[in-house]
Formats: sequence, structure tokens, C-alpha cells
Amino acid sequence: MNFTFRNRKISGLLAIVPANERSFLEEMANFDFPPARSLKLKQVMGYDKHRLVDGPVCASDLACFGLEHLFQGGQLDRGDIDAMIVVTQSPDYFIPPTSTVIQGRLGLKHDMFCLDITQGCAGFLIGLFQAFLLLDQPSIGKVVLINVDVMSRKVSPKDRNSYPLIGDAAAITIVERSDDASPIYANLKMDGARGEALMIPAGGFRQPSSPETAVLESDGDNNFRALDHLRMDGSAVFNFVQIEVPPMIEDLLRTAGQSMDDVDYFLFHQPNRFMLQKLAERMNAPFEKMPSNIVEHYGNSSGVTVPMVIAHNLRERLLGGSINACLAGFGVGLTWASMLMPLGKFTFCDLVDFQ
Amino acid sequence: MKTIVEILKEIRPEFDFDTSRDLIGDGMLDSFDMITLVADLEKTYGILIPGVDIVPENFRNLGAIQQLVERCAAKP
Repeated sequence: MNFTFRNRKISGLLAIVPANERSFLEEMANFDFPPARSLKLKQVMGYDKHRLVDGPVCASDLACFGLEHLFQGGQLDRGDIDAMIVVTQSPDYFIPPTSTVIQGRLGLKHDMFCLDITQGCAGFLIGLFQAFLLLDQPSIGKVVLINVDVMSRKVSPKDRNSYPLIGDAAAITIVERSDDASPIYANLKMDGARGEALMIPAGGFRQPSSPETAVLESDGDNNFRALDHLRMDGSAVFNFVQIEVPPMIEDLLRTAGQSMDDVDYFLFHQPNRFMLQKLAERMNAPFEKMPSNIVEHYGNSSGVTVPMVIAHNLRERLLGGSINACLAGFGVGLTWASMLMPLGKFTFCDLVDFQ
Repeated sequence: MKTIVEILKEIRPEFDFDTSRDLIGDGMLDSFDMITLVADLEKTYGILIPGVDIVPENFRNLGAIQQLVERCAAKP
């Protein structure tokens, strides 16, 4: 499904990561694998450090911290927020929505639109689609898109396939109308039939959490996880990304009448360095145009990784000018989406620690 | 130059790879071992293994891995 938007821009972006940093070397003893085997994987996948919430920190805690930071810094006026979209897979509660929790905690105006979206690795793009659409309404002048996840609380510390790469983070993106009418091209595909490749089986209404769903079980490969934990079929996800993403990007560029050379940066979801390297090879895209350093510094924070890759790598560039960026997210759903848009000049672009 | 068996032994020294006809079914290689193996094969043989070829069928046994390496080596 193709989309075209006009007169839309991202005006600023703030990423928030927990101050609590853990290293793969510290955590290796938790895994039931020989150290040499884990070290080899560290090298290939780019595992090193990751940021995790310490204790019962929730999505709204990271989001409120970031918004207060922007209010205090004068980068955002609380009265200017006409709509708030929260994209998360780790809401504070089933009811009420995390967006209204944040609205209430910060004392924001009642004359605003609050919306939660359950999405994972493509969550930044899905959130942008919704923000762009909301801006069709004259009553909405500024949309705050919040991508946030604290998925470390749902990953088994004894699961070497998932725990070393997971990271918690939030990002606040300000989306507004722009005078620039040049098109923003996007496309999106979803396949729910393959949804079990990334899943938390228990904890919803289908299989409520219970003492039984909390029992750790071996997956046969020395990883131990419970039904309450995230399960990732590594082979299925890897194969899905390699098969579906390159043609999606080709289609996007063809629709836009652009080539790989016209793109300054491929700002993609950050599953791990190996997967991105194989993706770049298959796309014939220069790897240096595809930053792949988020897992090694912060961990994979699902829908937050695209704003993370922007804030970590391109702060100065985007405060000073603009780039032609190809964004892509792929994963949970399964969902895969891409967008070709000018990014910058931003009024702010920062990455702060949550204390 | 190291052989495929020698590379496999470095990843999982506890197994005898020569005797298995189904490395994955016998629990000798998991999906993350496959990734480690790909990185080692690429480095040892100076090849690039496409992402779409990193599927269990191509790592099922020594013969399948050998064929994969030969296919990749034959590419310009």
C-alpha cells in the first residue's frame, strides 16, 4: 500500500534512554552457553552495552521525563500539543491508554486528541503516518509522537537470543505542517499470518498470566523463557527481513523517481548489526549510509530505534541543515514500512538519560 | 585454509559433525550458530553469503553447507 503526504515535517526530536547501562560481558554468566560461543556471537551481532530500566519503570515514566525536559528547556509549550500519539507494546495498563495517562500526569489541556497504537519495530513509521493524517484537521497544529517501550521487563534474562539485544527507550517527535509541498513517499505492508514469529504468548485475555505462564522452560537450545516472555523465531524474522525489505525499498524509490545515490542515509530499524549488513548487501546500498550502531550502544528498543539512530548519529547534521532520508521499520505484526522524506532542519535533536 | 568441519568444531566443539545428517534436527546448530558460521565462512573463504540464503535448508548437513559455499564462491 503506497502513501503520499505533502506539507508535513518533523521539527524536533528527543530520545530518552535509562541511565542504567549493562554490558554483555557482565550478563554472559546468566546464559547457559560456553563463554567462547557467546563472545563469538557478541562480535558478529554487535552486542556490547544496552540500557535497561531499573525496577518498575513504565512507559509513561520515560515519556513524562522527556516531555518535562522539553517544557523546561523551552523547546515545547505544553499548551501547543493538540494531539499525542503513543506507540508502545508495553503500556502502563490495559485500561486506560498510556497517552491519556501521560496527558493526565502532565496536566495537559482537555482539548486534544490522545491515541495509543500497539506496534513494534515499524512503530515510528506507523506513528508518522497517523501524525501526518491528523494534521489534515485545521484544529490540529502540532502532534507529539511518542515511541516508547520497556520491553526488558518482558524478556527472560536467561534467553541469550533476545536479552542481550533488548533495550528500553523513548522518543518524542514533534510533527507539524510545513511550507514545503514536495511529496513524502511511503509504503506499508502487513502479514498477520506470520505474527507468531514475534510474540508474547501470555498476559492478554487469550492466555492470562498465571503461576504456570511464569515458569521458565528450555527451548531446546539452552535458552530459558516463560510464556509471559517475548519469543522471537530468529530464523523466521531474519528471512522475512531479507526477503521483504529490499523490494519494498526498490518500490519506494521507483515511485519517488529516485535512486540509491539520491538517498543520504538509510535510517532503518536496528535489530542487530549482522541483519543490517546483510540487508545493505542485498539492497546494494553502501553500508556507511546505513548507521547500525544502536544495538551496541543502547540495545534494540523496537519502535524507538529509528529516532534513536537519528539522535545518536545525526544530531549536528540535522540541527544545521537537511538530508534526504529513507526510513524503514520491520518486525512485529509482521509489519514492514518505509518512507522517503527530507529530515531537518530540526529546532532540537537530543538524547538524554532518564534518571 | 580451515575446512568447514574445523570451522564448525570451533563453534560447537562438543559435537562430531561428520556423522550427523541433520545438524539442526540433532540440535548441533541453532539459528544463532548459523549466523556465527556465516561470518566465519565468509571470512575464511572470502565469499559473501546472501541474506536470503541464510535459511536452515542450507545448513542442514555438511553437504548442504559445502554446496552453499561453492555457489557463493562461483558468483562474480
